[in-house]
Order: sequence, then structure tokens, then C-alpha cells
Amino acid sequence: MNVGVVVFPGSNCDRDMFHVLTDVFNLNAQYFWHEKGLPNNIDAVILPGGFSYGDRLRAGVIAAHSPIIKDVQKMAEKGIPILGVCNGFQILVESGLLPGVLLKNNSLNFMCKWTNLVVENNSTPFTSQFKLNQKIPIPIANGEGRYFVDETTLKKLKKHNQIVFKYDKVVNGSSDRIAGVCNEDGNVVGMMPHPERAVESEINPIDNKPSSLIFESLLSTMGVKH
Amino acid sequence: MATYTVHVTIENKPGISDPEGETILNDLVLKGSHKSVSKIKTAKMLKFTIKEKDKKTAGKKIQEICDELRIYNPMVSKVTIDVFD
Repeated sequence: MNVGVVVFPGSNCDRDMFHVLTDVFNLNAQYFWHEKGLPNNIDAVILPGGFSYGDRLRAGVIAAHSPIIKDVQKMAEKGIPILGVCNGFQILVESGLLPGVLLKNNSLNFMCKWTNLVVENNSTPFTSQFKLNQKIPIPIANGEGRYFVDETTLKKLKKHNQIVFKYDKVVNGSSDRIAGVCNEDGNVVGMMPHPERAVESEINPIDNKPSSLIFESLLSTMGVKH
Repeated sequence: MATYTVHVTIENKPGISDPEGETILNDLVLKGSHKSVSKIKTAKMLKFTIKEKDKKTAGKKIQEICDELRIYNPMVSKVTIDVFD
């Protein structure tokens, strides 16, 4: 199974993601520079975290105009699993692949802490191995992580089961405590917290198993045994 | 063709919270006893320099650029465009 990790100028979680995909889950991961295209043999695409273009203008908006995004859009339409983490989520939102917007945290602080997610949708390629309402201890690290949607869009998200993860309590002022959403088809998922920082017991003092299920869900979706 | 300076002000739409503006108001201006101030909104301003045939065209072109490239996010922000000679 081939997983593409897209690298933008300013990505800084690409190597962590690559390490987890290859060393922890034995997947064939490849980096793709944002100015290149994505080959047809890619089975899943991950947009990692970081500070693409130094968050200039607004987090994710400049990277959303990168040439590779056209290929990501085509793959999204084909139903290929796509995951955006943190800045990757911001890029997916700014490129129109996911609804909503990520605003500055209510505290105005860069927040770097452990949070608890609650799984709201376990039918995406990244959540199929979870039980509904299962908790995931997982770290966040962002300044612009407050997910916002207007009331009309929020109703649509609920109607189409697009809320994938919520925080178990108010963390940053997100609409409806949302931490991650998917597109209507469910194959494009964006989340602010960092699963690649939580799947190994060496760096997860709480419980690394729930975060591992995000990647195990992908493996299961693609029919790969782990 | 003439050169124009165009100010693009990006600010939150009414109803979208602006915690930075609220902090400047509550924790700086009001604590500084300037009680006549009732609201502060933060905004980001971009100053474009553009060559166009007239003022109106310059403003229209900048509006197009802002919409096409998502210089502002229409879900939460609005832009005000001011063209100067």
C-alpha cells in the first residue's frame, strides 16, 4: 500500500508522519513536494502538520493554491482516503475540500497540550476501527485551531454525519467542540490533533492504542493486515 | 494607465468573535480609563499598488483578486476596498 505524504514549504510534521507510516505500520510511504503531481499508484494521501508558508495571510491558504492540490482534489473525487492533520486540515479547508474554517484559538495562545477526542463518526477510512464515542488521548499543537462553521453549515455537517471528532470539553472555542470533520463522502478527513505524535508508547504517557486505530483503520480499509 | 494604491481591509463579519479586539478594549483601553471607547475590532490590511486605466477598474480588479485567490475567507470575513490616487 502506497501512502503519499505531501510536503509544503514550512511543513514540519512530514518526517514524523513518514516515520509512523513506515516504521510503525510498515507502509510504503513517499514524500511528494507540493509543486509535483501525484502518481496514479497512490492509495492514500496525507497532508501533514506544520506552518506552510509561515502561516502568511492565513494558515493554509497559500498552500491551498499549490499545484499538487489539483491532484489531491482529483483523488478525493475518486474516493481515495485523504487525511489532513493540523496545518494539513487547514489546507484542506482552504482548498474547499472540507467545509468550515480554522480561526485563532479563543485564548489567542499557541496551544500545545494533551486533549481527549470523542469519536463521532466511525465510518470513515480513518475511524472504522473505533467504537462510537470512544475516547482518544491525543496532543494538539496549534495557534489557529478553532474550527468554525455557521449555523447552516453545522446543520449540514450533522445531517451528513460529517463531524468525525469532538473534544470532550471546551478546548479552544470550536463550534460544537469540533476537532475533526470529513467531506460528504467520508473519504477526506481533517483533524487538528496530531495522531503521529501519539501512536508510540515511548512518547504517549497516557495510552497510544486509540491513536493507533486511526492508522489501523486505514490499513483495514485498504485490506492490509498489520 | 495610472498607478493606484488600494487598501484591502479584512475583518471578521458581525457575529464572529474577535478575541484580540476584545482584549485590547477590555485589558488596555478601558483599564487606561478611556471609558468613551465602546468597541475595538482588529483587522488585517493589505496595501496593493496596481496600474489600471482608472480608479474604478483598479478597485474592481482588486476585488476579483480577493475573491479568486481567497485573500479573505467569505465564511467569516469581509473585505473593504479603498482606492487612492
